[in-house]
Amino acid sequence: MADEKKLFGVAALFDTADEIFNAAKKVNEAGFKNYDVNTPYPIHGIERAMKLKSSKLGYVTLFFGFFGASSILFFMWWALAVNYPLVIGGKPYFPLPAFVPITFEFTVLNAVVSTFIAMIAIVFNLPFNAHPLHDTNYMKNVTSDKYGVVIESDDPQFDENKVTEFLKSLGGKSIELIHNPEPKILKAFEPKFVVFLIIVAIITSASTYVTLNKFMYLPPFDFMLNQNKGSAQAESTFFRDKREMREPAKGTVARGFIPYAFNDPADTTEFYSDPLLPTKKVLKLGQRKFLTFCSPCHGNYADGNSRLRGFFPPGPTLHSAKVIGYSDGQIYNIITNGMQGIMPSYAYQTTRDERWAIVNYIRVLQRAQNPKPSDFSAISELIKESGNASN
Amino acid sequence: MPQTESTLPAGQVSMELAQSAGYTKKELPNSLSAWGYALLIAGVILSVISFMIDPARASFGYLTAYIFLLCISVGSLFLVTMEYVSGAVWSVPFRRISELFAASVPFLLLLIIPLFFSMKHLFAWMNPEVVAHDKVWQARMSYLNVPFFIIRDVIILLIWWAFYFFIIRNSRKQDSVADQSLTTINIKLSAAFIPIFAFTVSVLSFDWLMSMVPKWYSTIFGVYIFADAAWVGFAVVTLASVLLNEKGYLSPKIKNDHYYSLGTWMFAFTVFWAYIAFSQYMLQWYGNLPEEIIYYINRWNGGWKYVSLILVIAHFIVPFLFLVPRGSKTNPKILIFASIWIIATQYLDSYWLVMPSMVNNGFTYTFNPIDFAFPIAAVGLMIVIFTTAAKKHNLLPIGDPKLKRSWDFHL
Repeated sequence: MADEKKLFGVAALFDTADEIFNAAKKVNEAGFKNYDVNTPYPIHGIERAMKLKSSKLGYVTLFFGFFGASSILFFMWWALAVNYPLVIGGKPYFPLPAFVPITFEFTVLNAVVSTFIAMIAIVFNLPFNAHPLHDTNYMKNVTSDKYGVVIESDDPQFDENKVTEFLKSLGGKSIELIHNPEPKILKAFEPKFVVFLIIVAIITSASTYVTLNKFMYLPPFDFMLNQNKGSAQAESTFFRDKREMREPAKGTVARGFIPYAFNDPADTTEFYSDPLLPTKKVLKLGQRKFLTFCSPCHGNYADGNSRLRGFFPPGPTLHSAKVIGYSDGQIYNIITNGMQGIMPSYAYQTTRDERWAIVNYIRVLQRAQNPKPSDFSAISELIKESGNASN
Repeated sequence: MPQTESTLPAGQVSMELAQSAGYTKKELPNSLSAWGYALLIAGVILSVISFMIDPARASFGYLTAYIFLLCISVGSLFLVTMEYVSGAVWSVPFRRISELFAASVPFLLLLIIPLFFSMKHLFAWMNPEVVAHDKVWQARMSYLNVPFFIIRDVIILLIWWAFYFFIIRNSRKQDSVADQSLTTINIKLSAAFIPIFAFTVSVLSFDWLMSMVPKWYSTIFGVYIFADAAWVGFAVVTLASVLLNEKGYLSPKIKNDHYYSLGTWMFAFTVFWAYIAFSQYMLQWYGNLPEEIIYYINRWNGGWKYVSLILVIAHFIVPFLFLVPRGSKTNPKILIFASIWIIATQYLDSYWLVMPSMVNNGFTYTFNPIDFAFPIAAVGLMIVIFTTAAKKHNLLPIGDPKLKRSWDFHL
């Protein structure tokens, strides 16, 4: 490679912290830009002698801190308030105080780990991890008891001889020319290492499988099998009625359950009003449920002309003056409780909102059979619009 | 210098050393102590009037101011001892300022006397009828009875006063004799003081604040008061040091690095307070037990909701955002603003700790302008104590062996 023999920089060693302090100041005053100081321990104030700008790494921390806080809050909100809402301890679905510790931990974790990775990535120039200073005499000294400065060759003022003289004039000892190392492939891609990783993966998964599926059923580890627990259909030794499955406590109500007071088809439900707005979405839902549950008897257009005519007691048309005269609540009650002992209840097949959507859809079908003059003008306008659009 | 050292008295040598660092002993301006006296007299007159009008209401206001003063004085004493125990170098120039604020520790003994006379207004358990109908109170009467209450509080304040007396006496003596063994003695005294302080501040806060709320208990409450005390302790030392140093009363060798450390500590205790306050809140909110959550219900109903939310913002979010950037911790103006903000917020915190508990003794809280009498008196008293003590003593611990190293302090 062309880089193989290229000079990385010139390094010099100093004996005391004061000397390196002075040398860093002089190197900076001489106008060098690309240079570095290596010391065996952190020297306070060296960053001012070198006139280093404050690190930009803090912005990485800031960004990932905010990212961690917002992402974990979003996740907890989505998981516990939207996707699978659970009432825990009588608290709201989104109990912010309970989420603060997790948010705090995740913010710190994100900020710290990302800062660390960013620092490693910048210093080591990832994915490469070989620095020219590694394995040099210079590095051996500055990591034990010497203080060193290295002026890099990509500095605009760099000149090998001048820099050497300059460092000597500062009192630097054992001036060392440092060359770029041979570029090596990363150790991570060596075939031996890859095979080793594969073997480790196989051993890990095999031993996990054996532990979880075999060992856990053998005597010393099978305590999970032989614990005191109730099986669903087994006889109970604990409860007096010998039933292992218990009924819910009296008055238990399913989540989202809205009580419906009318259990008889003959109940008067005229005042019971429709909670849904006839939006496009509701009407589409009503259409789907109507075609599934109602159309077999009442027909696709609710005119009583169904595909089961002749096999079952015929469903009547819903366009009669009697049905049109029903209130929304009455139709809803019929769907919920059945009618005249012939039509069954559809309370279990459909939810409350779906039944109301069916009521809305029945109203649409009825209106289509008995249109008003305003409907014609509205339709003709719609046709005009679509005609314009196609032109 | 080496020749003169043997001939001159030790105090003069250390004075010359301090002068070489740019320190000269200057009198604080008389206008400052005049302001202090004016505020103190006005505050005391207003407080006396308020006690005459409504002794019950006034005793709550007085307790607020007392807690505020207690936090400043014993917080400052804690900072002095912390410096001795940790062997910190950067804070040596500021130690004397903290000592001057801690000079109000002996006054705590004097100022607690009116509180003993107003205990019947403050505490529901002072009412025998209430106690007679409540088994929980009866069980607690072995601890919460007036003689034991007064005895233990006086003993605690005496202990604080004794530590204050010996530590500060040694520190001042060092100015004239420059004896290193005095530092050694103070380190031992400080090491003894810190665990005692941790225990006694809990006892005092349990007695005066927690027992106002019937049956409420929170074992972290003493730490809450400690967090407040250390926070406001750093705020007052920052305010006084930065102001004095910018006016040239201290030394030009106090650099941005020193300021930065002061700002960092204020920032650290801002977060520490938030951590402790939230730890207390979250557990009690989650447990939702009637005897615990009543504390927070009192601080949410009747408009206290807004005070509580303002406290979260003023006690945590604002100082946090102000003190986070590196530049603001070295900017004297921002440091002065932040420390004044912290002192004011500390008074609000004391108010928030005391006032909503009025409900528990059958009073209803309404805002009353006499509440302003007590902070005026408290601030006036602090200024008077500080200026009076500063007249007699150097503003820097010139005999301290660490002072010279402190000038070279780098981050």
